[in-house]
Amino acid sequence: MNTPTKGVPEGEQQVPQENAAAKSTLWELFRSDHPAVVTVLSIFAALVVGAVLIVISDQPTRDAAKYFFSAPGDTFSFGWKAISQAYAALFQGAILDPSALSSGSASKILGPLSETLVAATPLILAGLSVTLAFRVGLFNIGAQGQMLIAAIFSGYIGFAWHLPVVIHLLIAVIGGIVGGALWGGIAGWLKAKTGAHEVITTIMLNYVAIGIINYLLGVHGFQAKPYQNAISPPIDGNARFWLLPFGLGNNLRVNASFIVAILATFFVWWLLTRSTIGFRFRAVGANQNAAKTAGMSISRAYITAMLIVGALAGLAGAAQVLGPNGAVTADADAGMGFDAITVALLGRGSAVGTFWAGLLFGALRAGGVQMLASTSTPQDLVQIIQSLIVLFIAAPGLVRLVFRLRQTDHGGMAVEAKGWNG
Amino acid sequence: MSDMDVLSPEPDAPIPEEVVQHKVIEARVSRGRQIGTGVALVLIGLITVLVLGRSAHSATSIFDFNASGGGSVPKLHLPAQTACLVLGLLIVLAGIYQLIRGFSPRAMKWIGSVAALFFVLSFLAWAGSGGSTVQVGSLLYQSLFLATPLILGAMSGLLCERSGVINVAIEGEMLAAAFAGAFVGTIAGNLWIGVLGAIIVGGLMGAMLAVFSIKFLVNQVVLGVVLNVFALGLTGFLFDGLMANNQNTMNDPGFFGPISIPVLSDIPVIGGLLFNQNIIVYAMYLIVIVIDVALVRTRWGLRTRAVGEHPKAADTVGINVLRLRYHNVIMGGCVAGLAGAFVTIGSVGSFTKNITSGNGFIALAALIFGRWTPRGAVGAALLFGFATALQTVLSLLQTPVPINSNLLGTLPYLATIFAVAGLVGRVRAPAADGEPYVKG
Repeated sequence: MNTPTKGVPEGEQQVPQENAAAKSTLWELFRSDHPAVVTVLSIFAALVVGAVLIVISDQPTRDAAKYFFSAPGDTFSFGWKAISQAYAALFQGAILDPSALSSGSASKILGPLSETLVAATPLILAGLSVTLAFRVGLFNIGAQGQMLIAAIFSGYIGFAWHLPVVIHLLIAVIGGIVGGALWGGIAGWLKAKTGAHEVITTIMLNYVAIGIINYLLGVHGFQAKPYQNAISPPIDGNARFWLLPFGLGNNLRVNASFIVAILATFFVWWLLTRSTIGFRFRAVGANQNAAKTAGMSISRAYITAMLIVGALAGLAGAAQVLGPNGAVTADADAGMGFDAITVALLGRGSAVGTFWAGLLFGALRAGGVQMLASTSTPQDLVQIIQSLIVLFIAAPGLVRLVFRLRQTDHGGMAVEAKGWNG
Repeated sequence: MSDMDVLSPEPDAPIPEEVVQHKVIEARVSRGRQIGTGVALVLIGLITVLVLGRSAHSATSIFDFNASGGGSVPKLHLPAQTACLVLGLLIVLAGIYQLIRGFSPRAMKWIGSVAALFFVLSFLAWAGSGGSTVQVGSLLYQSLFLATPLILGAMSGLLCERSGVINVAIEGEMLAAAFAGAFVGTIAGNLWIGVLGAIIVGGLMGAMLAVFSIKFLVNQVVLGVVLNVFALGLTGFLFDGLMANNQNTMNDPGFFGPISIPVLSDIPVIGGLLFNQNIIVYAMYLIVIVIDVALVRTRWGLRTRAVGEHPKAADTVGINVLRLRYHNVIMGGCVAGLAGAFVTIGSVGSFTKNITSGNGFIALAALIFGRWTPRGAVGAALLFGFATALQTVLSLLQTPVPINSNLLGTLPYLATIFAVAGLVGRVRAPAADGEPYVKG
């Protein structure tokens, strides 16, 4: 491929002839719509839009804009200051605060990373749930409900039973898996037996789950004394995920549920690429009719898939309640249900991709907290950035248009959610 | 159009070779369904007789049908226990007849509605037998009020989906518009400009939906979800960043009060209920009627349905499929924008974070529950509104057995699940709903 390609603008073709082959291949890659390029550019574009919003919401910049025509420099300098401070805080909250390095305290240096992992764990687990559903041609909007039911199950086992170490945690986690699988399984069963579209049933099941958890948090026996707040009694110490033994001070909240997330990622990877069940799932997801002709049972695939999908989201719920939260509350899902969809979309239908996407969005979440604290930029910015990243990635045509990329046969998502009749 | 050629077709885009799968919908009622509905009726009847009838206090319940304003009617005194027994037995009888002989599907529709009405009446009688008056008038008024954004949202979805674009983004369109309504209304100091702002912002969200789904062929369900997250984030961000600290100057638009229509509002019961509402509710009446008529009686309606069912055929006879879809999706966004305006300046008069709280999804469910028809969607939305209003009314009553409003609140959602699971008959979306159209 050393001939200049049509899509590359004129000016970019001035490559020295001798190593043109090597250079132009790399350059062409950068100018093509390779998924990695589209992803990076999407993140960049989303951050740019975010920057615009930071400027709008910044009071000094707004004040300066009022005398824009007499001193335009002020607006730009205040605006630039607002953007750089907010994004610097985002970085410091998510990865590393340089000022902590001099303090020498391990918990301060590793604190941001720990927060990132804490936020990423449920995102990865729930994201895997959505990813798996995508590959079977299902759209799981019900991660929220599945997480809540799982939170009820593992939370109840966690505070009401008293079992030895390890066993208690194990049983509480299994409880969460069962709860989530139950809630996902209902949607799968309905889809398989009646054709009820899972988008509608899972959304409705979310509201039912919210009703149930709100009800339970007002019932004596589930609600903690003195029955004033909607919160359960604290989870037994034995049922909590243990903090990871870094031996670096105990201020870090990162806990063993992150290991569960890694294991789950491995499991979903194995399931999708190495197992017979996974092959059936993908076959059903890719082409129902072909799968049916090949003798696979579509309804069994839907039910099994939704059981596993629910179980994964259930793990996310368990990770929240038995991990950092330590008690059941009505917001045990922490809005992860919808974030999980964006994680899965960014992960492009692969388990490993979902893992990295979960880490990225976990970092954004953790950074968002710091951004709010030090620059009072609202955390919702993170949500905007997330949705825009996914929007741009889902529309490679737009990214190609904006950044003038060359169209290749790359791209396209491995995910397909079908219309109501599908 | 030249860049359309470069961009499309997407490598993974479904090729609309066979866009329409022909399915024969049977009108015949299967024996299984006949038994199913019969058993359901008998069960509901038995619950009415045994559970409600037995636990009701023997006092009479008083039903007050008078909503605010309008002519007044005397209060209805209903002996609770007797009412439950009689109405319940009637439901049981209908169920037994259905089991043995079977009603025709057409009659079954009526029987089902009447049975549901009987059950609700007995339930209210039971709830009121504790000695407090059941405010039926205000219950119905509240139902309509709460159903208004749902109806408008469902109409927005209907405009999109009947022309073949799935709209899961109703929630996001409403939320963004609700913010715009409060913000613009306050800045301009004029509610009408606020409504205009809300409609424009709703239309812009609709335009985003249209461009990404029609031009960039993004999967429409995915797109809808992403737009919802975007709207939630954007309004939350702007609320915290701008409004929260400037409530008086940015978030105090006031709200539309009820306007009573001179003669009509004097009709007993109905007058106070239907004709003593605010301007957005009246606009909703108009929109529903226009869509209901236009969809089957006008050229636009025929074309919309054609494009939603079989775009290729529509294209062949010279209808501009993509333009019509752009048109309808943006118009749908504007209608959702009006729903958003209702949420802020139509009722509470200020914006709070996530103020639509899932109403857009309920509107979507109402649309599907109502089988993508205007009348069906309105009926389903009214049902949801009623269920929500019932929670408020019941919490004020001394029911014989306390009812948890959280659990009661899940009823409409459970009903929707049953509905889409086919217990009220199979629902079928417009055949090309969600299929991007690529001219080929």
